[in-house]
Order: sequence, then structure tokens, then C-alpha cells
Amino acid sequence: MATVAAVIASTHHPFYYRASTSTGADRPPFADEWVAKITAFRETLTRANPDVLVLVGSDHFHQLWLDNMPQFLVGKAPCYDANWYNEEREFGLPRMFFKGQEDLSAHILRGGLDAGFDLAFSNELRIDHSVTCPMITLRPEADLPIVPIYTNIFAPPLPQPKRYVQLGQAIRELVESWPSDQRVAIIGTGHLSLELGGPRQFGPHGPDPEFDRKAVEWIAGGDLEKALGEVSLESLWEPGNATHGFLDFMLMMGVAGAGEKADYVDTLDLFHTMEAYFTWYPNGAQS
Amino acid sequence: MSKYLMNKFLYTVDRDPELVERYRSEPRALVEWWEAERANAILNVHSCECSTWLKFEDAEREALATHDYPALFELGAHPFLTLTLFIAMFERDYAEPLGFQLEYARRLSRFSMPYPDIAT
Repeated sequence: MATVAAVIASTHHPFYYRASTSTGADRPPFADEWVAKITAFRETLTRANPDVLVLVGSDHFHQLWLDNMPQFLVGKAPCYDANWYNEEREFGLPRMFFKGQEDLSAHILRGGLDAGFDLAFSNELRIDHSVTCPMITLRPEADLPIVPIYTNIFAPPLPQPKRYVQLGQAIRELVESWPSDQRVAIIGTGHLSLELGGPRQFGPHGPDPEFDRKAVEWIAGGDLEKALGEVSLESLWEPGNATHGFLDFMLMMGVAGAGEKADYVDTLDLFHTMEAYFTWYPNGAQS
Repeated sequence: MSKYLMNKFLYTVDRDPELVERYRSEPRALVEWWEAERANAILNVHSCECSTWLKFEDAEREALATHDYPALFELGAHPFLTLTLFIAMFERDYAEPLGFQLEYARRLSRFSMPYPDIAT
């Protein structure tokens, strides 16, 4: 059976690409520290020596739209083009291309459906920065086949938080039951407190540093009980109107497992939102 | 209430560079054209097979036609869609990085929790 080589949860900040590649007067003062942190974070994936990446993210109203909105969707395609015109326009993100791992997609779809998750699927999916940001930060070579999984954290009504956790637990079991000798890294990106298009946006820090502090503690300690006890669909509006992206962190806590402490934790207090990086090695790290 | 239709306007204009420029320079004309020609087009469906019932309420049409993003926020348009499109149109007019984004926040400062419902 396949091995879960690493579980990684991260914020996805679309400005990283531009900040890290800019030079001279265009280079923001925080870029060097940010690049150093990302370089160290990248090493946590590299040393896991993965063959395949399962990538959990959320379409930002690109291909998925309100006339036909899935809650959870698995990509099953031989290839994926990535990034969209408005992401090039606003963030300077490059067009990207990935190979798909269709056999694992099929296994996750079949097994997920049989486990009670009525997963949507897509055979032609153009993916966006929720998936390409971790590729840029963690695997810029973009040389590994992927299985993208999208969650709806964006367009209410959303599933309950526990459902994201349960899906994470199911993804972990499904990867571990994939009849393959491949090493799979499961990577998911979301947000801590975040406000977009509201009065608290683009402040000097994230809109709710206290929420961020607690959230990092929950994730780092694998404290699903506390996270599920304190977080509801209603409560997530309070730290910032885009904080439902935290549900993807909760999904990744489900992948990592209740009570599982992260092997690597780092944060960076940036304008606009706090960055947070976590890695677990369920089977120990390779030297 | 037609939050869905406001969102559909923001979404379909945002993804088309030509429409972004037309909306920046001639907002009322673009909104009127869009409501007449595009509002009832089901995305990804053949052009003959349109909806027949979608139209803006007066306050929604006026908010869009006057680039009034605080009003769009109040009417429950999806804040991500509004922000993304308005950055595309107006960030270029500000010299400082994040100048427009901070002005945007300032203009919304009268809103406190709970914000207007964005469920569609």
C-alpha cells in the first residue's frame, strides 16, 4: 500500500511569488525573511521524498460558480493547467501545468463515495492559487503528479466544520489503502483570520491575532477537540469575513490525526494575514 | 433581492479584460448592456438556452452603475468578487502600494459585525 510520506498544512499567500521574485526598489522589506522561512518549510517536503502530491485547496470563483457549486470535488484528469487571468493581473502569478495521478484520483473518488462522501469530480479542471501557491512554495519544480481536491470555503451554505475534519480523516485512510508503492504527501492550504472586501482588510496584521494564536496552537498540537469545540460556521465570521478558509486547516488536522503534534511549526506575522506552516511525518522523516 | 445576479455580474466582468475596462470607463452603459444581453445567459450553456427571469433590483443596478462598493457590500454581494474586480479597475490610480485597498477598507468602516448576509 502507499505510504503517507508527509502531511503539510499551510496558508496560501498569493503575493509570495511576486514578493520573492522582485528585486531592487520593488522588493518589499519583509521578502528576505519570508523567503528564508519558505525555504526551510520547503525542505520539510523535500526530505519526505514524495512521488505524488494530494493537494487540498479551494477554487476562488474561477471554474466553480454559483450555478453549480460542489461542496467537495476531486480532480480526475491526466493533466491540469493552472492559474487564471485575474491571478496574473492581481498577483503576477505565472501560468503553470501539472501532470495528474488519475489512478489515485479514481481510488479516492470510489473509496470516498463508498465511505459516505458524495464527492463531485472534474475531468477537466483548471486549478487556481490555492493549489499553485503551495506548489510555488514547496515544490517549485512542479515535477510530481497531483490529485487536486477542492472544498467550498467560500460560498455559503457550507458543510459543518466536522465534515471537513471527517473528509480529512477519510483522505488519509484512502491514501493509505491505495494499492501502490508510491510515497504520497498530502498538502492542504487555507487561512487563519482573514478579511477580504471588508473594513478590516489589509491591516498591519491579520484581523484577529488572538484567533491566529489559538488556531496555531490547535493545529500544532493536533487539538481537534478544542478546534471543533470553539469553531462553528457562525463563529468563523468574527475573526474576519474570509476566515472560513480555516476549515481547510481543520481538514488537514483530520488528515494528520487527532492528538498528532506537528513535527514542524513556523509562522510569519505579515501585513494582511498571518502565515503559518506545519508538517507532520506520520511514518517518521527520512534522513 | 438578487445577490446571485450581482455576483454573476461581478464574476463575468472580472474574468474578461475588455469588460473590466468598459466597466471602469462607462459603468452605467456597461451595466445596462450586461443586464440586457448577459444577465440571463447560463454560463457554459448554449446561447439559445437562456434563463428568462433574472434582473437587478433598482438599488442593485444603481450600486453597480455608480461603482458604489460600500452599497454592494451592504446589499450582500460577495466581498471577494467585489474586491477583486474593483482592485482591477482602480488600484492603478493610487501611487502607494495597497493605497486603493486601504481606501476601500476606510470607506467600509461604518460596517461592524455582523456583516450583511452573503448567502445566495
